[in-house]
Amino acid sequence: MSKSRHLLSGTDKMNSGINLQGSFIDFFQGLGLPYGTVKLLWLPLPMLLLLLGATVGVLVVVWLERKISAAAQQRIGPEYAGPLGVLQPVADGLKLLVKEDIIPANSDPVLFTLGPMIVVIPVFLSYLIVPFGQNLVLTNIGTGVFLWIALSSVAPIGLLMSGYSSNNKYSLLGGLRAAAQSLSYEVPLALAVLAVVMMSNSLSTIDIIEQQSGYGIFGWNIWRQPVGFLIFWIAALAECERLPFDLPEAEEELVAGYQTEYAGMKFALFYLGSYVNLVLSALLVAVLYLGGWDFPIPIDPILQLLGIDSNVPWVQLITASLGITMTLLKAYFLVFLAILIRWTVPRVRIDQLLDLGWKFLLPIALVNLLLTAGLKLAFPVAFGG
Amino acid sequence: MNLAQGVQVVSLGLLSLMVLGAALGVVLANNIVYSAFLLGGVFISISGLYILLNAGFVATAQILIYVGAVNVLILFAIMLVNKREDFAPISSAWIRKGVTGLVCIGLFALLSTMVLTTPWLIASIPASGEQATLLIGEHLFSDFLLPFELASVLLLIALIGAIILARRELIVNEPASGVDAGLMLPERPREGVAVGSDP
Repeated sequence: MSKSRHLLSGTDKMNSGINLQGSFIDFFQGLGLPYGTVKLLWLPLPMLLLLLGATVGVLVVVWLERKISAAAQQRIGPEYAGPLGVLQPVADGLKLLVKEDIIPANSDPVLFTLGPMIVVIPVFLSYLIVPFGQNLVLTNIGTGVFLWIALSSVAPIGLLMSGYSSNNKYSLLGGLRAAAQSLSYEVPLALAVLAVVMMSNSLSTIDIIEQQSGYGIFGWNIWRQPVGFLIFWIAALAECERLPFDLPEAEEELVAGYQTEYAGMKFALFYLGSYVNLVLSALLVAVLYLGGWDFPIPIDPILQLLGIDSNVPWVQLITASLGITMTLLKAYFLVFLAILIRWTVPRVRIDQLLDLGWKFLLPIALVNLLLTAGLKLAFPVAFGG
Repeated sequence: MNLAQGVQVVSLGLLSLMVLGAALGVVLANNIVYSAFLLGGVFISISGLYILLNAGFVATAQILIYVGAVNVLILFAIMLVNKREDFAPISSAWIRKGVTGLVCIGLFALLSTMVLTTPWLIASIPASGEQATLLIGEHLFSDFLLPFELASVLLLIALIGAIILARRELIVNEPASGVDAGLMLPERPREGVAVGSDP
């Protein structure tokens, strides 16, 4: 992951963190390569690393889902593929990879193939803004979370496309439901994010985390935005089409919704996309409300107490790995919650879903936004003046 | 020309091609669903052009509003109606086609003279870059306040109109009868909607 942090202001944060990109470029320039070529060599590395990380994250989530589901139902779950069944998701993936790719008769082959791609690509693109440390982010662009909201609004087009092109009424209904669902939950989601953005005066994910750091666990946004946190989590579950909001693929009503006609690798893309989206949402909840890479106990005072300079390489290495671990721990705790919710809560009906979105979450999110604005004016110290 | 400039030139060419191709597809495609999907392609390519112009916020807003909301709604409307009907051949259709062509050529001429006569001087103010979001916000709440509020009033009118069109009449005092009474929604069947009849 790169250190391509475009700083708005020249703060002293410029030097903190490990500069992998700098060392890489220095090393190859030392070998006599021109700067442009080295830069070109460097560019794909962090992207590939993040892509790989996201995919491995999905494998972990699939294994967790199977194991936790099994535990919730007092079964054992996958056991034979590797120790504790950890290789089960790999086996699943291989099976989907070698399966025959079926395009149903009378379907629209072009749209049928394009649909899954349009669903998956924006989700992977959104990883652009997920920070794992002060400098461990692909790009720190100024529009940060707004970009995520915009990209996640592209996915319904792919769902509609695959629903329409399957030439199947269940698929079409599933696609329409998916689009309606993500359109209605986009609004409370964006309003909840807006309240956080208002407090941190920036859309950038790095600035949002920095605003929460310094006081350990007590500085996290969840204490200042409890309602916003709940709204965001509910809306994120709905955006990921997780139970209790998995209406687009409600198997008792719609077979499998827009995925009904899909098999093989195209189905695998939907599967991958939904789990990548779940991890992404969990990561963003961690970033927006749980302090991102922040350790629950503030580290800098401890380091000062012990008399250790925080710019020493080994300290930097430890804090960086601690940051990555904390981000992933928080995200996977939320994934665990999502899986538990899946086996605890029954599915809502489509009218209940839309009622919840428009008549309950939207007004509450608006009130939350208004309250945040008022509190920001009243207590600029605590709510980011 | 270094790497960044080369990438910019190539992207500009590709994006322009995509905008033109997709826009032609919107007009020329026979299937209206294809037109709607291609419209999404046009919007995304235009957002790419905004990114090339260093207008990140505008590009993101373009995707969110035009692709995520407008285009999805268009698709929604098309798919909910989904009435497949072949166009009946119209006699002396060439008059309409000729008039359409004339109007289009006129509009094109108007736009090209506008493009050619406008002095496209690049402002001497440095580009705001990452601060653009702040600047847009300040403008929306100072000198562009009136158009902004007018646009929101317009949206409110559209919203209320849509609710009135879609509102169902609820039956208040009539007790529902029959076996499925618990499953029925307490609403009056709407007139003029042929449910289940052949088109």
